[in-house]
Amino acid sequence: MIDRKTPNKTLGESLRDHGLSRRGFLKFCAATASMMALPPGMVPVIAAALEQARRPSVIWLSFQECTGCTESLTRSHAPALEDLILNLISLDYHHTLQAAAGDAAEDARLQAMEANTGQYLVIVDGSIPGPDSNPGFSTVAGRSNYEILMETVEHAAAVIAVGTCAAFGGLPQASPNPTGAMSVMDLVKDKPVINVSGCPPIPMVITGVLAHYLTFGRLPELDAYHRPLAFYGQSIHDRCYRRPFYDKGKFAETFDDEGAKLGWCLYRLGCKGPSTYNACATMRWNGGVSWPIESGHPCLGCSEPSFWDAGSFYQPLSVPLTATSGDLLTAAVGGAVVGAGVATLANKQIKTAVANRQPVTVEELEEKL
Amino acid sequence: MSGSMAFLLWIKGPMFNIALAIFAIGLFARFAEIFLLGRKPNYAEPRAGEWLPGFKTMFTRSIADPGTFQRASFNVVVGWVWHLGFLIALLLFVPHVELMKGLFGIVWPALPNPVVDLITAITLIALVATLVHRLTHPVKQRISTFDDYLVWTVVFLVVLTGYLAYHRLVNPYPIALGMHILMAEIFLIILPFTKLTHIFTAFIARWYNGAAFGRKGVAS
Repeated sequence: MIDRKTPNKTLGESLRDHGLSRRGFLKFCAATASMMALPPGMVPVIAAALEQARRPSVIWLSFQECTGCTESLTRSHAPALEDLILNLISLDYHHTLQAAAGDAAEDARLQAMEANTGQYLVIVDGSIPGPDSNPGFSTVAGRSNYEILMETVEHAAAVIAVGTCAAFGGLPQASPNPTGAMSVMDLVKDKPVINVSGCPPIPMVITGVLAHYLTFGRLPELDAYHRPLAFYGQSIHDRCYRRPFYDKGKFAETFDDEGAKLGWCLYRLGCKGPSTYNACATMRWNGGVSWPIESGHPCLGCSEPSFWDAGSFYQPLSVPLTATSGDLLTAAVGGAVVGAGVATLANKQIKTAVANRQPVTVEELEEKL
Repeated sequence: MSGSMAFLLWIKGPMFNIALAIFAIGLFARFAEIFLLGRKPNYAEPRAGEWLPGFKTMFTRSIADPGTFQRASFNVVVGWVWHLGFLIALLLFVPHVELMKGLFGIVWPALPNPVVDLITAITLIALVATLVHRLTHPVKQRISTFDDYLVWTVVFLVVLTGYLAYHRLVNPYPIALGMHILMAEIFLIILPFTKLTHIFTAFIARWYNGAAFGRKGVAS
């Protein structure tokens, strides 16, 4: 039987086996520190901690997902810090990346869980049909996603929900949510859950969270949505290089107008940057080559909950989601009918009062007095 | 899913529909009532037309006569400042223009953001001044009702939350934007049932006045 226990080699030893120089290792530590907004004094601490760290066992569960998150992680560029990290954790179960199939694959997961009980990390990508949903909506080895998730996280040290589907329900949860999709956070209540949202998330953010865990033995500081503050603490808008154009009121109004060519703000083309918290503007994509807004496309807001249901990608943030001028007209007509009814009633009362008026003569009054 | 984004989506979705429906039903019910009840028929022979003087008065009454200006110069000047500021921020700020475009499909030019920002700051100061004046002026103090303070609060909060959202002074941003849209929705909801209705009825009343004077052949 293969030993799934946490390997005895430390990270430092393992790195040297992979031919990584001391300089390269320290560069990685410095990059990690700056990525997580830690002071430079933390670099030697990170280096010392990573040198001594044991590769943690990681079980990667894929549920209702498109494999985009894994694609993002594996498309990181050489010399890939991400690659190194992947070599430096013991990835014991991952549908797309593992060689084993069938019973052997499932056995690997169970053995890793047993050998590293209470210490292994679970990474989840994809949303999960909730406990009340038809279990057949998404199964692995004939078992429902919900069952596998709950079984796997029972003895885990922590759970990392990678991608917006796992973090917030994502596309499968979009209205009308036919599979009753839920996020990891909705289901796992008794373990630390960290959300690395994005569709897909930035690879460096996934590895940054892992590096933080290896360095400090605990998960990083999180925001209200359980996302690491180091990466999700600021909005796209606040760090956008096109922000000065927003502040000056210079906007592209179509995708091919002069404003678009001059690189002006994309707010009027539907950019969700103001309400989206992610690190795209600073870390960028494809090895730092570019990112959506730099490529001329508005931010879709993919790292936020319900981004599929948050209105058209091409409608500005200030436009209401469902109200239309037709609704307004209907309500106005309804109101006018109500008002007309009230006015008619009032007129009728006046007419009745006039018709029933009984004139009183001075003599009659005097008689009464 | 609860949280700031859920709040914003609810405010931009169902709550906006509710607010818009209450606004339109309330306002048009009042319009229908005003127009259908109308005025008593005037059997006197008209000395001149009523339409033109009516329309003319809708605008000329915006300028205070010299007597009013002398008696209440604060009301006239500060009133003008914040009314204009409010209208400019409402109609000429890019996100608001986009909202109108999204709702009605009509679009007009907007002012640069820093200009609207400055005007909004002036509007806020003017609004605070109106409150101080209302609270300290012996006559205003006595004639002010709950309605006056409610309307001031809602108008002030609409502008203030907009200013906070623009400057991103509240975090996370969906809360800031959601609060601003919510305040605007409360503004729409109370509009037909408070003195805010004057946004529309002031012009109707002026028309009636101008038309009545025109019919009598006197200048309004």
